[in-house]
Amino acid sequence: MKKYTERLYNGIIKENPTFVLMLGMCPTLAVTTGAMNGLGMGLSTTVVLVLANLLISAFRKVIPNGVRMPAYIVIVASLVTIVEFIMKAYTQDLAEQLGVYIPLIVVNCIILGRAESYASKNEVLPSIFDGIGMGLGFTLGLTCIGIVREILGAGQLFGHQILSLSWFTPITIFVMAPGAFLVLAVLVAVMNIVRSKMEAKGKPLAKPSGCLTGDCSGCGQADLCTGKSGVQETVAAADPQADKEGK
Amino acid sequence: MSELYHVSSSPHVRSKDTTGRIMLYVLIALLPATIFGIVNFGYRALVLILVTIASCVCSEWVYNRITHKKNTIKDLSAVVTGLLLALNLPATLPWWEALIGGVFAIIVVKMLFGGLGQNFMNPALGARCFLLIAFAADMTNFAIDSYSGATPLAAIRAGESVNTMDMLIGRIGGTIGETSVLCILLGAIILILLGVITLRIPGTYLVTFSLFMLIFGGHGLDMQYLVAELCGGGLMLGAFFMATDYVTSPITPGGQIIYGICLGVLTGLFRVFGANAEGVSFAIILSNLLVPIIEKITIPRAFGEIREVTKHE
Repeated sequence: MKKYTERLYNGIIKENPTFVLMLGMCPTLAVTTGAMNGLGMGLSTTVVLVLANLLISAFRKVIPNGVRMPAYIVIVASLVTIVEFIMKAYTQDLAEQLGVYIPLIVVNCIILGRAESYASKNEVLPSIFDGIGMGLGFTLGLTCIGIVREILGAGQLFGHQILSLSWFTPITIFVMAPGAFLVLAVLVAVMNIVRSKMEAKGKPLAKPSGCLTGDCSGCGQADLCTGKSGVQETVAAADPQADKEGK
Repeated sequence: MSELYHVSSSPHVRSKDTTGRIMLYVLIALLPATIFGIVNFGYRALVLILVTIASCVCSEWVYNRITHKKNTIKDLSAVVTGLLLALNLPATLPWWEALIGGVFAIIVVKMLFGGLGQNFMNPALGARCFLLIAFAADMTNFAIDSYSGATPLAAIRAGESVNTMDMLIGRIGGTIGETSVLCILLGAIILILLGVITLRIPGTYLVTFSLFMLIFGGHGLDMQYLVAELCGGGLMLGAFFMATDYVTSPITPGGQIIYGICLGVLTGLFRVFGANAEGVSFAIILSNLLVPIIEKITIPRAFGEIREVTKHE
């Protein structure tokens, strides 16, 4: 059980895809104009991520190494299509708001990154929990950015006017593209301050490159690491940059 | 006798021009435009000027305090930034928006990139553009007392005629410091006489801009139109006080000319083909971003250096 909770902690805090790994920047910057959009985008990505991790982990011994990327894409694209149809059927407003960014989940580098670095090398159940952790971490990141941008840029929270327009002038730059960069940078900076404060107190918030369990297979920096546990051979994690160069 | 044998490392000849002194010269040169702005727009202009200067200086002090750096507010650059920012704001702007602008100029544009000398764009203009996007309605509200109509640039754009004499003296609507061409030119002459700036950047800027407007402005050789475009908006203030900012303009003479041409073309493009009537601030910050490239291609050859022949294959 410890392994599963560790996966959740890893995804939400330790290797938070938005604030620590800096993955999936396209949807992060583009759709977070409001808290609702951030939450919707995060949750739909989570669904795809969990199912993709499940399927890829289940098929990991069947998929030949040479064509694993096309195989992953086919799996992810099928899932995204299903999610898109469901969203169009039941949450039409949100689907219209998110627009092209729902189909673009296919090329979201968090999903391919987790498939490559975790699901393809681990059992089904831990992979599912890895997907849940990463997905919730992404949702948390997007929702935080969305909340800040919505409050500053429109005085609203989840579509409700919380700051009265009689005294509050919306700072419209925050619902536009430059505002996304400003808010993301400030939130990452805050995250780093918290991290260094915790370290100074002697209670490190686990560095993103460090490892808690000696489980190198889930780690992007496995081949840079000097203290390998040797529990599992980690040749396939050879290219840590691959995670970061995606969309 | 002991002085003769005093050994020290170079430099042996020191100029009296410190950063603080140059910034003081700029402040003196800005005084005519500032005073005219206060007389023209009343106490609200004075309040805005004080608010932006105070917020700039305080932000710099607080930032240095938090990051345990040597305090740099004595070099007066924050005061200049604050004053320039205020001169670029309409007098009707709420004071707290000006306060945010000052904090943005110093913290985001200047200090986060390493302080004076490291900032990649003019802090005052960066903050002005931030405010222009953030509070679009307040930043383009020039209606105050006697000047309730459109600014001259907007009027020209709408096809109306304007009084160029009023524009020269400054009895028109606009931001606090940009209206009076005479006062700005007086300040510019002070700066040139004191040797703080040369005519290279503003000269090329204005000439390129005039040529662009003659060719693409759609008014042919209409001198009144040209004068109105030259005197309207923030062109004069931008050309003499912001484009010449040491940190964000090229230091090579050739580079300064290229930079001036960039400014002129961009300003013309924005004014003639853009969505807004004004484009000086965007032209300057965009050109600021080109400065490292311009300096790289115009770096002078060291004595005796042989430039590598690049092969074109």
